[in-house]
Amino acid sequence: MNEKEIQLLQCIEQNGRLANDVLAKMIDVSEEEIVGMLNKFENDRVILQYITLIDWGKVPIQETVTAMIDVKVTPKRGVGFDDIAEKIYRYPEVKSVYLMSGTYDLSVVVEGKTMTSIASFVSQKLSTLDSILSTTTHFILKRYKHDSIMYAQKEDDKRMVVTL
Amino acid sequence: MSKFLLSNTVTSIEPSGIRKFFDLASSMDNVISLGVGEPDFVTPWNVREASIYSLETGHTAYTSNAGLLELREEVSRYLNRKFQVSYHEEEIIITVGASQGIDIALRTILNPGDEVIVIDPCFVAYAPLVSLAGGTPVHFSTSGKDEFKINIEALANTITPKTKAILLCNPNNPTGTLLEKELLGQLADLVKKHNLLVISDEIYAELVYDEKYTSFANIEGMRDHTILISGFSKTFAMTGWRLGIVAAPAEIISHMLKVHQYAIMCAPTMSQHAAVEALRNGEDDVQAMRRSYMQRRNFLVKSFQEIGLPCHRPGGAFYVFPSIENTGMTSEEFAQELLLKERVAVVPGNVFGECGEGYIRCSYATSLEKLIEASKRIQRFIQTIKMVEPVGKN
Repeated sequence: MNEKEIQLLQCIEQNGRLANDVLAKMIDVSEEEIVGMLNKFENDRVILQYITLIDWGKVPIQETVTAMIDVKVTPKRGVGFDDIAEKIYRYPEVKSVYLMSGTYDLSVVVEGKTMTSIASFVSQKLSTLDSILSTTTHFILKRYKHDSIMYAQKEDDKRMVVTL
Repeated sequence: MSKFLLSNTVTSIEPSGIRKFFDLASSMDNVISLGVGEPDFVTPWNVREASIYSLETGHTAYTSNAGLLELREEVSRYLNRKFQVSYHEEEIIITVGASQGIDIALRTILNPGDEVIVIDPCFVAYAPLVSLAGGTPVHFSTSGKDEFKINIEALANTITPKTKAILLCNPNNPTGTLLEKELLGQLADLVKKHNLLVISDEIYAELVYDEKYTSFANIEGMRDHTILISGFSKTFAMTGWRLGIVAAPAEIISHMLKVHQYAIMCAPTMSQHAAVEALRNGEDDVQAMRRSYMQRRNFLVKSFQEIGLPCHRPGGAFYVFPSIENTGMTSEEFAQELLLKERVAVVPGNVFGECGEGYIRCSYATSLEKLIEASKRIQRFIQTIKMVEPVGKN
């Protein structure tokens, strides 16, 4: 992957809505080249999705509850943790799954409409899977920062309007 | 107060002619400013935290005049690592911004009537600082046709027996022009021939985008002829901390230290502690900022070229300097009209010297979103003007 391709990825990772003509100027290539690079990245699944970070706390109708669940499992011969990880991430309520180093094995992020719905997911679906040894559920109380973005009000530009 | 109580030198210095323009811009809402000569980044948190910690642990006293030894040792390593120039910590002074470094350099080397060549367009403080130090500023013009690079032959004709030094800013504020090694070599020949000093303001040296930077002190034989000015403001987004670096051979720096110690004692202690952290752990942040500036430069240069304002692609700093000559307006008229009609603030090029007339300085140290909006507004503004020459792409 060349330098310009990496620059393109870094730019759209920060702002997925940048227009192709703007990206072309920034990276110093033609618009056609931008389209070509994006198509290639999409086909190769280097770019998986263009998503938007929303502060749902500001949208009164959409109350959701998020929990991070520490899961201990027994790895299986031949497939290690991948098999059980796949079983977990296929549930639509699971937002992310990571294999972790340390005191537990899988970190599972689950989103639900209520605490009860998450509780029932953990007790009825997650815990009953083969090779799950234990789960510890932590509910997220407040979001301060996510994917490098701070949720608090943007800081004003504190500079003077003109300085030489 | 009657004028005779004041210094003739000071009273003869004109206040900036565009003060009114600044005030106007400050009083208006919804202004996008491309007029800011400082980074839009806030100082990285680890650097701020280091300063807070220094206060918590009671480091509130003076440091040694030249600055914390720990910091000068870091600066020595930094200058070597970045620019392959070698200065012992005793050859380094930590100043209150690069400007104070230039001030003490001039006050150390000038006798009354000595001439200092300033390369226009240049930072507005240079000529007044020369005058205040008892010298005579001699303006040397560069041309947009040469992308504001120095014409060495013409410069040679500016040198007189009274010439003591050349004040160089590389990369340049306001043009962003980067002087490459070959040209610096030619300048060095001139400096050697006439036994001159160069005060080399390299405050933007880390903000260079296309090629490797060459410090003037790195040119063969030039270490002894150079007073190197650097600092933290632009590289580490630390303008408000007021912290600069001067490096020069011991026989010059020992005299500069006298001026420094009697004038201001030492640079602020809490800023110096922050600077140690910046030099030790700031490289990743600097790289990220540099990449961001480069992309914004690319965007702005291309945008101006599309709009029909010829604009060379500057190699460094965070300014572009497009020509507005084909609008038939003066730099000040253009800046004022643009501000009033489209609420975009730029700095008229003539502020930086006569040869800056016909140009405007636009800083891209502002968010990409604002740059996109500003270029739309400038395009709309240009469409309302009857251009004196057909708009052509540069």
